[in-house]
Amino acid sequence: MPRLVAVTAALDDRAMPPGLSDGRPDAPAAGEMHADAVLAIARHGDRAAFARLFEFFAPRVKAYLMRLGADDGAAEDLMQDVMLTVWRRAPTYDPALAGVSTWIFTIARNRRIDALRRGRRPPMDMLEPELRPEAPAAPDSAVAAQQWERRIATAIATLPPEQSQMLRLAYFEDRSHSDIAEALKLPLGTVKSRLRLAIGRLRSIFESEAAA
Amino acid sequence: MTAQPNRHPINDEFLLDYAAGTAPEPIALIVASHAALNPASRKALDQLEATGGALLQTIEPVSVDGGALDRALAHLDEMPSRPSHATPVGDSLLPPALRAYAPRGVDALPWRKRFGGLAEAELPCGSGERYKVSLLRIGAGRSIPRHTHRGEEMLLVLKGGFSDEHGHYVRGDVCFADESVDHRPVADQDGECLCLAVTEGPIWLKGLLGFFLSPFLRR
Repeated sequence: MPRLVAVTAALDDRAMPPGLSDGRPDAPAAGEMHADAVLAIARHGDRAAFARLFEFFAPRVKAYLMRLGADDGAAEDLMQDVMLTVWRRAPTYDPALAGVSTWIFTIARNRRIDALRRGRRPPMDMLEPELRPEAPAAPDSAVAAQQWERRIATAIATLPPEQSQMLRLAYFEDRSHSDIAEALKLPLGTVKSRLRLAIGRLRSIFESEAAA
Repeated sequence: MTAQPNRHPINDEFLLDYAAGTAPEPIALIVASHAALNPASRKALDQLEATGGALLQTIEPVSVDGGALDRALAHLDEMPSRPSHATPVGDSLLPPALRAYAPRGVDALPWRKRFGGLAEAELPCGSGERYKVSLLRIGAGRSIPRHTHRGEEMLLVLKGGFSDEHGHYVRGDVCFADESVDHRPVADQDGECLCLAVTEGPIWLKGLLGFFLSPFLRR
């Protein structure tokens, strides 16, 4: 087991998300458990539920912020800010619209942009239900949203390495596509086509979900 | 309205940059405005944000301060668990993302007459000198003179419509042009056209008239 952990760690981001292949029996429901935790915070300010979310997401949100260039102290502070925003915004979380990881990702992304803009014109929270003109999603899509995240994570893990690498660079490096091309010594067209291929592959997963 | 094919969405590349949080403010503004008006792009954006969620789930975690959870728990008491976010008030013609840039509505912006039935109101958008962000009003049946670009230009239709050599654009549509495009948008006959314009680098008007008018469109 320790060996597997070491190998997974060495593979870094190619590691599968919990519940996909690491054999932990409780893991497949992780997305739903996170959703339940957010709903428990929304309904009765459940501090234990917050602690569970914190345990899983705080180290990942901090890692995300550090990948994007924050030093340890700044990432720690911004992570606190993100997690407190999770607590505060829990009543606006709609499990039919997005998985919890997606929701927390957008909060972390937006808090980071907000910090960079120094609070001037905070970015829109596009998941904010009141900003969505469309009709509410179907009742069973709450489960679907959590499952999507898992399927995408699986799909990312099965992308050709050069495509998943490009995807991570796009999300975790605050650099333009041409800067990425320069750093990797690749033509800009190659960077763009790899990204397009990766996005197309992920999109086909959504489309097949929708058709199912 | 009958369902129409999504003929003029914004490029995937900009949706990706928005979802990843790496788009400069002018691009983020036009993406958020467009996605609020175009359900297909909104869906594509949802998918790209879900991709961000999946990447967050699988990122290699780092250790947090030993007392981080206690620190957070201590702060929960100071913070009621209720939303503090509200839809920005403002002109309902504008998608929510744009309202913060025109808090007193479209008419209250500092409009400057250009020429040939064109008016422009520049919006302050923090991105240094690289992009110019403005609202454009094109009079019914009038046109933006034929022009080419040094960089990219995007026009998002907010009201009315216009046509160029490549198609007809209505509310929510994005017209994209770069160095390779030489176009002349003409507003529909039945009313004024209001657009959000994000322009990279200077615009070059074509022809002799364009030569004399260029200073008006350039910064």
